[in-house]
Amino acid sequence: MRLLLALASLRRNRARTILAVLGVAIAAAMLLDMVMLATGMRESFRSLLLSRGFQMRLTPRGTLPFDTEASIANASAITDSLRARAEVDLVSPVLGASVHVLRGDSSITTFALGVDPASEGDYQLVDGHDAMAPNAIVANADFLRATNAKIGDTLRLAAGFDPQLRTHSGERLLVIAGRARFLYLAAGQLAIALPLRTLQAMTGAAREDRVSLFMVRLRDPSRIEPMKKWMRTALPTIDVISTADAMARVDERLSYFRQLSAILGAVSLIVGFLLVTTLVTVSVNERVGEIVVMRAIGVSRAHVVEQIVLEGTAMSITGALLGTGLGLITARYLNGILSRFPGLPAAIDFFLFQPRAAWTAIGLLTACGVLAGLYPAWRAASLPLASTLREEAVA
Amino acid sequence: MTALVRARDVRRDYPLERDAVHALRGVSLEIQKGEYLAIVGPSGCGKSTLLNLLGAIDAPTSGTVEIEGRNVGTLGDREVTEFRLRHIGFVFQRFYLLPILTASENVELPMAEAGMPNRVRRQRSTELLRYVDLGDRLRHRPSQLSGGEQQRVAIARALANRPSLLLADEPTGELDARTGQEIISLFGRLNADGTTVVVVTHDESLARAARRVVHMRDGEIVQDEVPRG
Repeated sequence: MRLLLALASLRRNRARTILAVLGVAIAAAMLLDMVMLATGMRESFRSLLLSRGFQMRLTPRGTLPFDTEASIANASAITDSLRARAEVDLVSPVLGASVHVLRGDSSITTFALGVDPASEGDYQLVDGHDAMAPNAIVANADFLRATNAKIGDTLRLAAGFDPQLRTHSGERLLVIAGRARFLYLAAGQLAIALPLRTLQAMTGAAREDRVSLFMVRLRDPSRIEPMKKWMRTALPTIDVISTADAMARVDERLSYFRQLSAILGAVSLIVGFLLVTTLVTVSVNERVGEIVVMRAIGVSRAHVVEQIVLEGTAMSITGALLGTGLGLITARYLNGILSRFPGLPAAIDFFLFQPRAAWTAIGLLTACGVLAGLYPAWRAASLPLASTLREEAVA
Repeated sequence: MTALVRARDVRRDYPLERDAVHALRGVSLEIQKGEYLAIVGPSGCGKSTLLNLLGAIDAPTSGTVEIEGRNVGTLGDREVTEFRLRHIGFVFQRFYLLPILTASENVELPMAEAGMPNRVRRQRSTELLRYVDLGDRLRHRPSQLSGGEQQRVAIARALANRPSLLLADEPTGELDARTGQEIISLFGRLNADGTTVVVVTHDESLARAARRVVHMRDGEIVQDEVPRG
């Protein structure tokens, strides 16, 4: 009966209820987006780092992966020593370099990754074959579009360019074996991958037996710390970054995002709370007579409070559910804009939907709805009956 | 007959900034079970204040009000609300039906509060609305009913939990003469069927219908009569 009364009260002034629910929905959408933003980028980055199971990255001392052109010497020996460790499951050496696709008098510059195709962790093959042969490459869709090439085509590529003599060095004829999606590259960035030895040979003596990065996968993730300790002793010119270290750095860099989203989330929560409080207060003030009569005929104070709180809660839940849908749509739109941010991997999501985020937003707004209804409900249920009835009769 | 209500030396003061309004000045009154009593008097004489005290929706400044042997002035909010729910029926001048509920749902409201099962209360609300000649208006909302019909729904609602005392404050005050007469007849029928009825009224015909008339002036009972005929 109380639920029936609460819903009927909300239906009494449909337009006002709809507007209030829409207001709560907008607040809920913003709250959900802020909760998604606060955790999304971090979670997205974490799952990206762990997407191929590599828990450790080894870079030249003082750098981050592909932060500079610095490289690690004696790559083969380091690879062998890492692979010799029982804890190590997989080692993926990677060399990054700019290469040029030569087309008559012009050229197109692209980012190239020299990898060991058997252990690579940088791309996912979408079409065709992997770059197993020394003269094979895989390319991303942006590269194929820019060069107007397709799988099976042969391209002339060079690794070096002398701007004074306007000559290229390290030229090779390479065949496109497959199309791949590169995990860590920015949207729109042209990229290819080719066997490590081929790229090392193309880049000449300066990059002979050098890599930019090692990615290491351990059989037992709990062995990361002892392994780091060993690496720091055995490979003093190398920085060891575990996923946890990378996440700590990400956390540090994203702290502004989190603060911003916490503030905006709190603002939307307060707006939702005030909206429901205002509407419930107005609605209660309009029917003081009814409420007092209900009390006079024997409806308990607790049940009057319950009914009014139900009204606020019903509005909040409806608004929160609508807001969840609205929040997901706006998050998708905003994600599309932010993912074009230069230098960020295209696979990073700023707004990552997690059921927990939706439940948090719905839960917070529902709690707000309950709290928002409590004060006006208690005030109305506590009105002195006789004098209020007299005032209502006079009114 | 047994005393259903006993008010002893009841005073009700309303404090103002400097002074106080003495709405009731030592009223004593006994109402027996099965009585039909009208309280009459000029505006501001304390009729409605007395009715509120008899209905336990207000407490006296001093003195006691006992209903069915219980001093209602000493009950806490929860107890007194429960007492009103089960022992007292109210009819107001302005009907005060909930506009969002149908006639039947309005009558069911006190029964739902008393914890009566759905089926039982639906059946009783139908019986009560038939009793007040509104058997064909069960699903109508108050806005679809005339003033007299609304007041009859309010009477049915007041009878929902079989109260021992029915209190009415100017029940014909908002109605035209013909409709008012229908309500007066209904009160007569209710009393004849055993309900104790107390009405506060300016309406002479309603007062004449009562079997006992209490006259008030300036917060005091000045005459308590049983009209002849």
